[in-house]
Amino acid sequence: MLVSDLNATADRLPGPMPVWRRQVGSGDWLAAARSAADNNGRLVSLWGSERGGRLFVSAAYGLPEGLTWVELPLPEGAATYPDLSEIFPCANRMQRAAADLLGVVPEESTDPRPWLNHGAWPRDFFPLRKRAGGDAEFPGQELADYPFVRVEGDGVHEIPVGPVHAGIIEPGHFRFSVVGEKVLRLEERLGYKHKGIDKRFETLPAGEGYRLAGRVSGDSTVAYAWAYCMAYEGALGLRAPARAAWLRALFLERERVANHLGDLGALGNDAALAIGLAHFMRLKEDWVRLNKKLFGHRFLMDRIVPGGVAADLSAEGAGDILRQCDTVEAEVRALEAIYEDHPGLQDRFLTTGRVTPELATRLGLTGLAGRASGVARDLRTDFPVMPYGELGATMATERGGDVAARVAVRFKEVLESLRLLREIAKGLPAGPLLGTPAADPLSEYGAGWVEGWRGEIFVALELEGRERVRRCHCHDPSWQNWPVLEHAVIGNIVPDFPLINKSFNLSYSGHDR
Amino acid sequence: MWKLVKQIVRTGVVTEPAPVPPDDCRQEAERIQREILQTLGKALTIREVDAGSCNGCELEIHAVNNPYYNLEGLGIKFVASPRHADMLLVTGPVSRNMAVALKRTYDATPAPKLVVAVGDCGCDGGIFGESYACVGSVSRVIPVDRVVPGCPPEPIEILRAILATVRAGYRQKDEPAPEVSVSP
Ligand code: SF4
Repeated sequence: MLVSDLNATADRLPGPMPVWRRQVGSGDWLAAARSAADNNGRLVSLWGSERGGRLFVSAAYGLPEGLTWVELPLPEGAATYPDLSEIFPCANRMQRAAADLLGVVPEESTDPRPWLNHGAWPRDFFPLRKRAGGDAEFPGQELADYPFVRVEGDGVHEIPVGPVHAGIIEPGHFRFSVVGEKVLRLEERLGYKHKGIDKRFETLPAGEGYRLAGRVSGDSTVAYAWAYCMAYEGALGLRAPARAAWLRALFLERERVANHLGDLGALGNDAALAIGLAHFMRLKEDWVRLNKKLFGHRFLMDRIVPGGVAADLSAEGAGDILRQCDTVEAEVRALEAIYEDHPGLQDRFLTTGRVTPELATRLGLTGLAGRASGVARDLRTDFPVMPYGELGATMATERGGDVAARVAVRFKEVLESLRLLREIAKGLPAGPLLGTPAADPLSEYGAGWVEGWRGEIFVALELEGRERVRRCHCHDPSWQNWPVLEHAVIGNIVPDFPLINKSFNLSYSGHDR
Repeated sequence: MWKLVKQIVRTGVVTEPAPVPPDDCRQEAERIQREILQTLGKALTIREVDAGSCNGCELEIHAVNNPYYNLEGLGIKFVASPRHADMLLVTGPVSRNMAVALKRTYDATPAPKLVVAVGDCGCDGGIFGESYACVGSVSRVIPVDRVVPGCPPEPIEILRAILATVRAGYRQKDEPAPEVSVSP
């Protein structure tokens, strides 16, 4: 099956991004995956859903022409489907999550271990099944031990870390198998922050879902809120006016810069350059304070709303943005020179935590970390929605795949975002901030796909009428990148793990959901 | 090392002295910090526990450490182990998968075991509420001295709550947790 065949019988979903949706029979489920893999495609996400008493599994493939959402209806009474993890290794954890939440399992699965369910709810309770009430609680449940894979051999010992870490970090568990200081294997266990967000969506009015989406991963609140609104607006036939579209991009680039500034400081600090942390943290604080002054929230939560935006930019505010971009650019360039010339820092950054372009492609490394390993994809340049088409964003890539490359991509992206922000501040079109919906919803399905600072955020939405969410699936790029981190640390020394981990800076909350 | 020094001197940008207070925020932060030291008579050690947050609250707790607030600069330290902590700063709705770890962290903390729950979610579960996956507020799992509402609360609010909690001192465990943060 060719990709074009895949899309020939598919419906183009309404909305600004090229997204198609189609159903396949069980025979075509694997064929679709193979055809995506053969055509330079990637698995963006995999999830399950229930509709009219039937179970479905969905996969979203990122293809050169856009995104294809393939849905497989499972036969009445059945809950199994063909395993995709042979073709796309990153499917493993997504399939295990779908098993925990919906009870749909791959046939002949090689890894049946639960992923999000740590024992907090019974194994035969599937929270996303429609008959599972939104208020079910199981306070008496005991958490279960997790069968980590053991590495045997002379002198091999295990170092368990977490879930509560030293420092101000999200919780997760890392199990290192080491010889001396060298890491032979890392196995992650995630899911500690699972908050039942998918189920929660179904209890909120669809028009309110953007607030919850904006809290899937707080550091990416703009990207998630935009992705949710894109999905919701598509289904409703609602279009954000031009001024709102430009302001959304302004918020998204401000979110990217804020996070990159924080990471660049933390990465300097992890390599013992504390002055880097102090300066970048100061820049970041100035940055989020201007967010507060101009838009009313330091991280811009709830500023993207269905139909448009909830904050405007005055001419005076545009001046503030232009001035701040100039100051920050001068300081970032100065700090970049220091980072590049600092032998101690470069010694820690270079060759550390390396993911080769080949490995990155095979494992599906995505987003910022992918671009640092030569995976040249960025939704802002691949499928530019307004205003990115007008602005012509430039993608930043590196091929080194090490901490140094991920640092370099961040520096480049900060500078490019500053350029985009200036263009937006200067060229912001006049007009209203909110659009009006079409008389009738255009579709019961909607999809949102946005390049957040960490990578592509994807939202698949199913509506019942205007106001009811039947299913909302939010996907964080950390799903793809966490498993790659396990590879990136192999052969490195344990003390370099915090640095490597920070250089990816993956989301726990966005992954655990 | 000389290269870095040369670079700093040459660029002339990053070698500026620590930023002058741009607003009242920094002055208030310094006053709060001094007061904490006066009240406690020693450095305050804080352990942060993320019990399920969206990570938004963590961004603000990080910010408390930036040069504008500079908590550590006056001897108020974030420590790596609960065994060294006077106070736990807890964010979240507490997820069921984190409830045990939170309880254990609390048990490992020596007296006075001050606990500040940060954020709307820590206060009452926030937008996530209570469910098969969420226990909800921090106080459903461990005793809480003070809550800081906000989504997320701004750094200065977090600082105020830390101060108010220290002022209230070694409180009676059976007193109900105050509902709001103190005003400055
Ligand atoms: S209070 Fe807001 S920022 Fe903090 S964890 Fe909850 S949703 Fe996130």
